[in-house]
Amino acid sequence: MEKRKNLRRALSVVAVIGVMLFTVWAERHMDAFQVRLIHMWGIYVILVSSFNLIYGFTGQFSLAHAGLTAIGAYTVALLTLSPEAKQVSFMLAPPVWPISVVQWPFVPSLLLGGLLTAVVGFVIGAPALRVHGDYLLITTFGFSEIIRLLLCNVPGVCNGAMGLKGIPKNTNLAWVWGLAIITIFATKRLVDSSYGRALRCIREDEIAAEAVGVNLSFHKIMAFVFSSFFVGIAGGLLANLLGTVAPSTFKPDLSYAVITMAVLGGVQSLTGGVVAAGIYAITSELLRTIESPRQIFGINYPGMPGLRALTFAVLLLLLILFYRRGLMGATEFSWDSVFSRVQRLFGKAKSGGEEA
Amino acid sequence: MSVLETKGLTMRFGGLTAVLDFNLTLEEGELVGLIGPNGSGKTTVFNMITGFYEPTEGKIILDGREITGLRPDQVASLGIARIFQNSRLFREQAVLDNVLIGHHLRLRSSPFSAVLRLPGYTREEKQAHEEAMTLLEGLGLADVVGEIAGSLPYGLQRKLEVARALATRPSLLLLDEPATGMSTEETTEMMDFILKVRDDFQLTILLIEHHMRVVMGICERMVVLNYGKTIARGSPEEIQNNPEVIEAYLGADE
Repeated sequence: MEKRKNLRRALSVVAVIGVMLFTVWAERHMDAFQVRLIHMWGIYVILVSSFNLIYGFTGQFSLAHAGLTAIGAYTVALLTLSPEAKQVSFMLAPPVWPISVVQWPFVPSLLLGGLLTAVVGFVIGAPALRVHGDYLLITTFGFSEIIRLLLCNVPGVCNGAMGLKGIPKNTNLAWVWGLAIITIFATKRLVDSSYGRALRCIREDEIAAEAVGVNLSFHKIMAFVFSSFFVGIAGGLLANLLGTVAPSTFKPDLSYAVITMAVLGGVQSLTGGVVAAGIYAITSELLRTIESPRQIFGINYPGMPGLRALTFAVLLLLLILFYRRGLMGATEFSWDSVFSRVQRLFGKAKSGGEEA
Repeated sequence: MSVLETKGLTMRFGGLTAVLDFNLTLEEGELVGLIGPNGSGKTTVFNMITGFYEPTEGKIILDGREITGLRPDQVASLGIARIFQNSRLFREQAVLDNVLIGHHLRLRSSPFSAVLRLPGYTREEKQAHEEAMTLLEGLGLADVVGEIAGSLPYGLQRKLEVARALATRPSLLLLDEPATGMSTEETTEMMDFILKVRDDFQLTILLIEHHMRVVMGICERMVVLNYGKTIARGSPEEIQNNPEVIEAYLGADE
């Protein structure tokens, strides 16, 4: 048993090193389009893992992901932008102090972005103590929209609907995937701990959980804060990847996208979420073609913006109707399943050999 | 000193008085039955004692300390455990996890140290595992630790619910119809189980039960509710012959 455990641990370390080496290699050798895809994949992984913690494990359906991502993105963007660039891009009103003078390096900016988003997550989590199910969904949706509208309407802080431009592009694949791995690792550790057990109990039966001494408020808020921290980091990575942020980036569509990925992967499976995030990142790029004008068999197709969103909406509906378990349901990728598969493979080869 | 004392406990829902002026004192180690026809307010009494309802009037005192108005999780951590009328196991989780969750309220490590698996957390979790295993072995559930709780036969599910309650280390256990829907043999087994648990864990037990055989068989003292009012109290024999109780259960003679 102990040997197996060490082997699993070693394999995981090797896999992580492998992923990190791949990101360094990919950054240099793959074309810009592919690199962009892998970037988005990694950022989606962070978003979907943090959503799984809230919804899959704690059972709190939240639509706040878009707003939370915006908090992280704007915080990191404002911290990393140089004061000169801010003076140029703030057209509607001059930037307020201290935003006008501050410039931080990337890493502390990301950290503060995460922490600030965690604080907002605390506020958004609070209604979860009083409302459940659909009502919580509506409340968190409202919060998310409030954040976006604030961004549109406070020109001195975030330049209104114009957004921010010229953000230094500090994000690279190694950062994205390194942080994605940390997110998954930390979430998995939390879920497997006594606290995770308490979260699952809350999801299953709040009354029973309370009766055995689980403090509902503390645990729900904890889940929201923990999840929001990573959402903020994903937002920061996104800002420093795109180089521009605008309120329109954080429309509810982003929250829907995260839900689609989570359901596709299986809401209680972090590794399922990784696969689903990859599928989503790739298909959403490929589906761009259906929005652009083109000739099909001699017929002029004018292109229909918004068709992608529609496609994903239909996909989500179909998933919920016919494939609610998602790709992985509540199971995780494990080395043990790989071992047994390999064993079966070899076992087959062996018995086949004997027959021959 | 008494373990639990309720003074003038009253619960009103709008114009409806579910429980009126309920007074009860439980001495250490007692097994007291709370009976009454359907809708007489028995479960409401439990809900008030465990903090799910805040009583409209009255006081609840546990070990000399007033606990009226505390949250259910606070009440649980002060030593009152409860099993529900309709099983409320965490059916999707393993038997072991159902018991381990009862240890969670004593966990002192923060979520932070749980994520980092700091030594303090690891030690607490290991200890919880060992104690949970000991508890499950002691209650004859050792063979099913790995099973999903919802897949167990009904009798074992009820036992597991008691095990989960015991894991919180209560001094007072409230059992709400533990033998409902059980066969004769299962009921007998449950009676023995309750007595054994009381002796092994030095508990005080308040029991709601409709099976008269169970209540009469194991309770030392009983309280009878009807329409929220206490209509009788005394030994099983006294209760059996009390005309008011007979009337409440069977209706008055014409």
